[in-house]
Amino acid sequence: MPQALEGSQAIARAVALCRPQVVSAYPITPQTHIVENIAKLVADGQLECEYVSVESEHSAASVVLGAAAAGSRAYTASASQGILLMSEVLYDISGLRVPMVLTCANRALSGPISIWNDQSDSMAVRDAGWIQLYCTSNQEAVDTHIQAFRIAQETELPVMVCMDGFTLTHTMEPLDLPTQEEVDAFLPPFRFDRMLDPQAPVSIGTMVGPEAYSELRYANHHDLLGAADNILRANADWAEASGRDWGGLLRTSGPAEARIGLLGLGSLIGTLQDAALAHPELPPTRIMALRAFRPFPIEALQAACEGLDELVVIERAFSPGFGAIVAAEVRAALSELPQAPRVHAVAVGLGGRDIGLSLYPRLIEVAHGEHAERFRILDLDPERLPQELRA
Amino acid sequence: MTAETISLAELRKHQPRFTGLSPGHRACQGCGELLAARLVTEAAGPDVVVANSTGCLEVTTTSWPDSAWRVPWLHSLFENGAAIASGMEAALKAQGRASKVLAFAGDGGTFDIGFQALSGMIERGHNVLFVCYDNEAYMNTGVQRSGSTPVGAATTTSPAGKERLGKRHLKKDILSIIAAHHMPYAATATVAYPADLRHKVRRAIEVEGPTFLLVHSPCPQGWGHDGSRTVEVARLGVQSGLVPLIELERGAVTGVMPIRELRPVADYLKAQARFRHLFADTAEAARELQHLQALAEHNIERYGLSAPGPEPRDTEGADTVRRGGQHWA
Repeated sequence: MPQALEGSQAIARAVALCRPQVVSAYPITPQTHIVENIAKLVADGQLECEYVSVESEHSAASVVLGAAAAGSRAYTASASQGILLMSEVLYDISGLRVPMVLTCANRALSGPISIWNDQSDSMAVRDAGWIQLYCTSNQEAVDTHIQAFRIAQETELPVMVCMDGFTLTHTMEPLDLPTQEEVDAFLPPFRFDRMLDPQAPVSIGTMVGPEAYSELRYANHHDLLGAADNILRANADWAEASGRDWGGLLRTSGPAEARIGLLGLGSLIGTLQDAALAHPELPPTRIMALRAFRPFPIEALQAACEGLDELVVIERAFSPGFGAIVAAEVRAALSELPQAPRVHAVAVGLGGRDIGLSLYPRLIEVAHGEHAERFRILDLDPERLPQELRA
Repeated sequence: MTAETISLAELRKHQPRFTGLSPGHRACQGCGELLAARLVTEAAGPDVVVANSTGCLEVTTTSWPDSAWRVPWLHSLFENGAAIASGMEAALKAQGRASKVLAFAGDGGTFDIGFQALSGMIERGHNVLFVCYDNEAYMNTGVQRSGSTPVGAATTTSPAGKERLGKRHLKKDILSIIAAHHMPYAATATVAYPADLRHKVRRAIEVEGPTFLLVHSPCPQGWGHDGSRTVEVARLGVQSGLVPLIELERGAVTGVMPIRELRPVADYLKAQARFRHLFADTAEAARELQHLQALAEHNIERYGLSAPGPEPRDTEGADTVRRGGQHWA
């Protein structure tokens, strides 16, 4: 039965349904109250787990690493500077192949300091070896967390569930919270074969020399690519159980005859869909939600671009000194196609700048441009730029 | 049938015992840290889980695909040993398992980069024994000075020269800082007194809560002494008063190993090349020597270390050390 819940509260309840045994977190600014809600569930006796309030994000990530290696289902949440402080540990967690789930409530990075939403934080740890799943709504975030715990333990890889800070975490949305029985039927109890156990001692995290480092890193890469199958299966099984299908790696909507594609990650997808309805006079668009950013769904993307002439990639972060992050990968993936659409790269909504319906016609303009847009921050306010940058 | 008599020393050699750290690792000859770690794992027994911070101990014991560890062991990073141990302990608690969690780190991973995580671990009351193998510098990376390096010691980043006499800053009083966390049990030990070390490990493991052990562990490479003199150098450290062996419970001193035969600090310093420059014929060197002697005397007075009398031999000490791993097994 649908109920109105704030995003953070919904995620806390969804995580609790997954029966985490160790939760660790640090309230770095900006903080999202997912972990506060989990602490309250523990305090009220509604969730039995070890809740470890640590002294830094670095330690939060380390506590869940130690806990999962010792055989417990572990969870943490973070954002922004917290993700950066954790980053050293994030690489280690995936390298040691220790499964867990982390929520990244996406926010901008300092400096200048900003507490508002964009996706610079999770993009900064793109290469940390984690599965990264982006959610377009709080309902998708609830379902994705439940799937993430299963994907993590099947693949022995950590999963980062990314949901836009404020836009999703701090907003109310009517959503369906599954029952404990439904989650239990979908998600088996935690099991980690290399668990630290005095009766069967193993060494984890040993020194590796040049004779084996490449091979271990390759195995990691290979398995992260292979995790696409686990993501698809988890999505399909949960769709069958819940009736909600989030498309697995990539989800498209819009009329089949559309020649313009719009690809994005996270909550702006809903805005694009609403804007398309509000602008029937504009050409039809195929709206594509990139759900899995790691592993990057090359084949699924190629198939989804069939019949498109133009593809506008809308990003919530960028790489200073180059420009596009996601579009660079999209271009690389589509370069294998004989008939690839032109790819345009734009960034919007940096540091919490509002993304309104008015964005939509501008994206169509970009798609119809004389040249492919290499990279542009589409919602710059010229009034606030230094004189010499106003072109 | 006549009863066969066997000497106590011989019997000890045949006594079956568990060691968590097997021989064949890649540490230098005479490594104090590896000796200490072996003694600690022997005293701790097999029902433990180890979190090891980055450093010599991790590097020399685990070159993949080999591992010298016979207990479950995880190395993550340099600064997060205490946080990893916290997570392990939380997991064991959540699962109802009773194994003791041990965290092993060098002085860098304890005094400096690992300090924040350690302070947090103690504040949260995790049931973990944190052992710092203190060789007083960053030995794994090439003998750089740490917060634990004693004043006057030459390292690669506090070299002695015309303008400098080695490190210009005092060794951090980590034990007092740890004890200030309302610590149930914290102690110092050294490889020179294995029976004392074992006793302190057992005592720490019995405590349900955070405990801390600082084990003074000579490094022949970094300190500049022959590998055969590790135990001797460590003993001189204690006898000079520079390395007080004490126990603290909830911040109060509850145990002190008395020094029966007090030795001048110069005896300890002379045995090591890292202090060689302090014996130059200059007023500055003489002043620094005096400074170190004063620091030792401060320790002796503060903890009441001086108790002249016959030196009690550590009855199992030398024998335990010489038996090294499986040599006699």
